[in-house]
Amino acid sequence: MIDDFLLRALLAGMGLMLAAGPLGVFVIWRRMAYVGDATSHAAILGVALALATSLPVIVGTVFIAATMALLVAGLSNRGRATDTVLGVLAHSALALGLVAVALIPGARIDLSAYLFGDILAVSWRDLILVWGGAFLVLGLLVWRWHALLTTTVSGELAVASGLNPRREGLILTLSLALVVAVSLKIVGALLVAAMLIVPAASARAFSRSPEAMAAVAVGFGWLAVAGGLGASLRFDTPAGPTIVAAAAILFAASLGLPRQKP
Amino acid sequence: MHLIEARGIEIRHGSQTVLSGVDMAIDRGEIVTVLGPNGSGKSSLVRALVGAMPVARGRIIRRDGLRIGYVPQRILIDPVLPLTVRRFLSLPDRVSDDAATDALDRTGVGDLRSRQMSDLSGGQLQRVLLARALIGRPDILILDEPTQGLDQLGEAAFYRLLEDLRSASGTAVLLVSHDLHVVMSASDRVICLNGHICCEGTPQIVSEAPEYRALFGTGTAGTLALYRHDHNHSHDDGHGHGHSHDHTHSHDHANGHDHADGNAGHRHTHAAGRVPAKEDAGT
Repeated sequence: MIDDFLLRALLAGMGLMLAAGPLGVFVIWRRMAYVGDATSHAAILGVALALATSLPVIVGTVFIAATMALLVAGLSNRGRATDTVLGVLAHSALALGLVAVALIPGARIDLSAYLFGDILAVSWRDLILVWGGAFLVLGLLVWRWHALLTTTVSGELAVASGLNPRREGLILTLSLALVVAVSLKIVGALLVAAMLIVPAASARAFSRSPEAMAAVAVGFGWLAVAGGLGASLRFDTPAGPTIVAAAAILFAASLGLPRQKP
Repeated sequence: MHLIEARGIEIRHGSQTVLSGVDMAIDRGEIVTVLGPNGSGKSSLVRALVGAMPVARGRIIRRDGLRIGYVPQRILIDPVLPLTVRRFLSLPDRVSDDAATDALDRTGVGDLRSRQMSDLSGGQLQRVLLARALIGRPDILILDEPTQGLDQLGEAAFYRLLEDLRSASGTAVLLVSHDLHVVMSASDRVICLNGHICCEGTPQIVSEAPEYRALFGTGTAGTLALYRHDHNHSHDDGHGHGHSHDHTHSHDHANGHDHADGNAGHRHTHAAGRVPAKEDAGT
């Protein structure tokens, strides 16, 4: 019989990956890795905002993460967003967030919980939030799947087919903000981007179609969550980073396998 | 009514005006070529026509329910995106296997249907893009430099296909090109572009227009220069490009030869541009 807290942790991680898998493949197809970084780092600023205004943390993080995601996406649309600008935004957002949290009088929070997550402390209420957010994002992605894929392949072809690449991009951006917000508690701001990118990257070698890649990314994510949780118990290591480390090991293993040939 | 019409359109990139005062229209069954030196606004014009680029002034009128088959100048498919040719054809709208097979066969790439898009060569990709454009039974095909990456045989087959489409189903074709010799034989009408419409008419009329000669050189001299370059290009890349190609495109109408040279240099730039893309695809 597995412990209650462990079950919750497992379910939380699996719920997160349900959204992070399909979203992650878009992040790597569209080379939005830095957008993921900037958005997740900005989430700390969202925590500060929520504390300052006594709003629920999830509201603050969704708000700030969405603002950041829109800002970064807006810059990339104009073709001005060099790696440099994105890097500056990502790191400043994190630093500002940490400074802001420290400035709030009376706030006594365990920042490391937001930076690295605390999946073992996930409550049933958190679980509902995670699965709710994940289903919302998954629903959005499934609904717009063909349009998103067309836009990713070529913006010009998408426009010629009557699609609006900007709108599709916005859907991804907002999904990203939502995933970041719900996963803050699980893996933390610093590791969210990793759970988006690493399982998706591992999935490439096993996929011949976009849909398969999204599904395989979810599978790898689940493996990483289960393996990481197990290892963190066994070796008494922090759960969030151990999950990401497990994902990284899976990625390294996927590199060793021969690439799927046509 | 015209299939598609541009009325007094102006296109800007930032503060720079790329095109101004362009009026043009295309009717059913016409093959029209837009010709112009590098940076003359050809691609901007077709992008505006398909709606992929906003116009700063004027308007574009498409017939109600107009189906456009569009082949962009190039698309780059990252190898990290697994996508077979067959799946690509079903984006964004699912197409039947029969329709997909038929379209691929028509463009001569029926055997590529289960290949990954990122593994295709430039010419193969071009044919797949054309197949995708054909599937929707378009009223008009809009093709931006469609023959780049095709070999001589492929190019000839390509233009025969366009002819067939036109005679079989009355499909209109708008081509962007700087392949002078092909344009002359395959088009009903040529529009010569250089920031505005310089001249327009049948290939015969245009080739004798002074505006055209100013852009592309007089008579056979200009055409031959391009011909020669084409051959050079395919056989010994890198050689023969050392002489002074004018990449600045100063729009010096008085000296047509510079432009012809500049244009030829442009072909080379394109070819070179694909190489890093391919290397990228390998990583």
